[in-house]
Amino acid sequence: MSTALHSPLGLLAELTHRCPLGCPYCSNPLALEPREAELDSQTWARVFREAAALGVLQVHLSGGEPGARRDLVEITSAAHAAGLYTNLITSAVGITAKTLQKLGEAGLDHVQISIQDSEPESADHIAGYEGAFARKRALAAEVVRLKIPLTVNAVMHRANIDRIEEMVALALKLGATRVEIAHVQYYGWALKNRATLMPSSEQVKRAAAAVEGLRKQHHGEIVIDAVVPDYYARLPKPCVGGWGRRSLNVTPVGKVLPCHAAESIPDLEFWSVRDHSLADIWANAPAFNAFRGTDWMREPCRSCARREVDFGGCRCQALAITGDARATDPVCHLAPEHDKVVALAAVRGAGPYAYRRM
Amino acid sequence: MNETTAPIASDVCPRLPRGVRLVHNEAQGGWVLLAPERVFKADVIAVEVLKRCTGSATFGVIVDDLAKTYSAPRERILADVTTLLRGLADKRLLEL
Repeated sequence: MSTALHSPLGLLAELTHRCPLGCPYCSNPLALEPREAELDSQTWARVFREAAALGVLQVHLSGGEPGARRDLVEITSAAHAAGLYTNLITSAVGITAKTLQKLGEAGLDHVQISIQDSEPESADHIAGYEGAFARKRALAAEVVRLKIPLTVNAVMHRANIDRIEEMVALALKLGATRVEIAHVQYYGWALKNRATLMPSSEQVKRAAAAVEGLRKQHHGEIVIDAVVPDYYARLPKPCVGGWGRRSLNVTPVGKVLPCHAAESIPDLEFWSVRDHSLADIWANAPAFNAFRGTDWMREPCRSCARREVDFGGCRCQALAITGDARATDPVCHLAPEHDKVVALAAVRGAGPYAYRRM
Repeated sequence: MNETTAPIASDVCPRLPRGVRLVHNEAQGGWVLLAPERVFKADVIAVEVLKRCTGSATFGVIVDDLAKTYSAPRERILADVTTLLRGLADKRLLEL
């Protein structure tokens, strides 16, 4: 049965939209939530307990910059107490060595630090924050010193995609056991900056070859996760493992979304943890049932052999490019509007970044 | 650098590193291995092996124990467990 209700595996907890950095590819929405509207730590603790009861295994403490929350240790401790595997996704700016130590004592299982480039000057320029690179290196060293496993998240785009080898070398030098070669996905601020961030097809080909070589070279030493950038792919990504199937996302104000960009889709009704339990939201919130399973699909998805492999791709991308969230993700070579993706990949501007700011 | 079938010394004490945990979860249908931003379903055999990877038991003792528990030829257990543990170590899910 295509609409069978699975238990979610992962919860993305966006603790705040506040962030000292201004990365032009930030996946947060353009309309950022202010501090006054954020959920308090007791509510987060309840959400974590409800998540664990629902079958969630891992919580990703993210933002914004989660370090902007003064109660981050308390929140992490609550997630750990609920029995969840706790993952901190941080820019490293705003988390001191002392806080990190307390987080480790609170049961933090893993840290992911974003690094904008292997070249310090370029990294700080992309982040829109002078000195960010040095602080990232310093916190990464602390993470490793405390023996907490470290992932380096390297967001790749036109300005840094030619330095994948250097980024992996840096991750190794920092003592990371995993590196994500994360090509920019065009939602939120990244969509606004798309023409400036878009790599060329030559760059993308070279990057794919580089990743393949690095995986062989560093087999068993570091895990290198990478996927083909959306606009150069033939098949769409199975976004969030299928709508309302594997994961959920709680915004700083408590709205529960099937994916972090879902609020870009008009007319979806989201429920809040302030009004409903997580189990009720997962099973019954209209937004979660809007694209769950395969019944909502049209052709060519409906009769496609891959309909339960990629689930029609990404709804937010379908909306952003075709204007219709129910359309096949135009990244798919079978999508009627695939030519739009090809055309957009060729649009490259040289404008300054529109930095992410509140 | 293909080391996936290289022998494991019998005095090595395999262990799950910090950040990797074997947990049982009814809602997810049984045993799962939790790792940095990844979740792996663990089958019955993997669970029996991983439960023994405590960091205090040597590889030799683990293989002996499994061979005895399952009344299976030690050589076959040795080969299967080596492949399993090497594969996990390559993914940074196990320390040897």
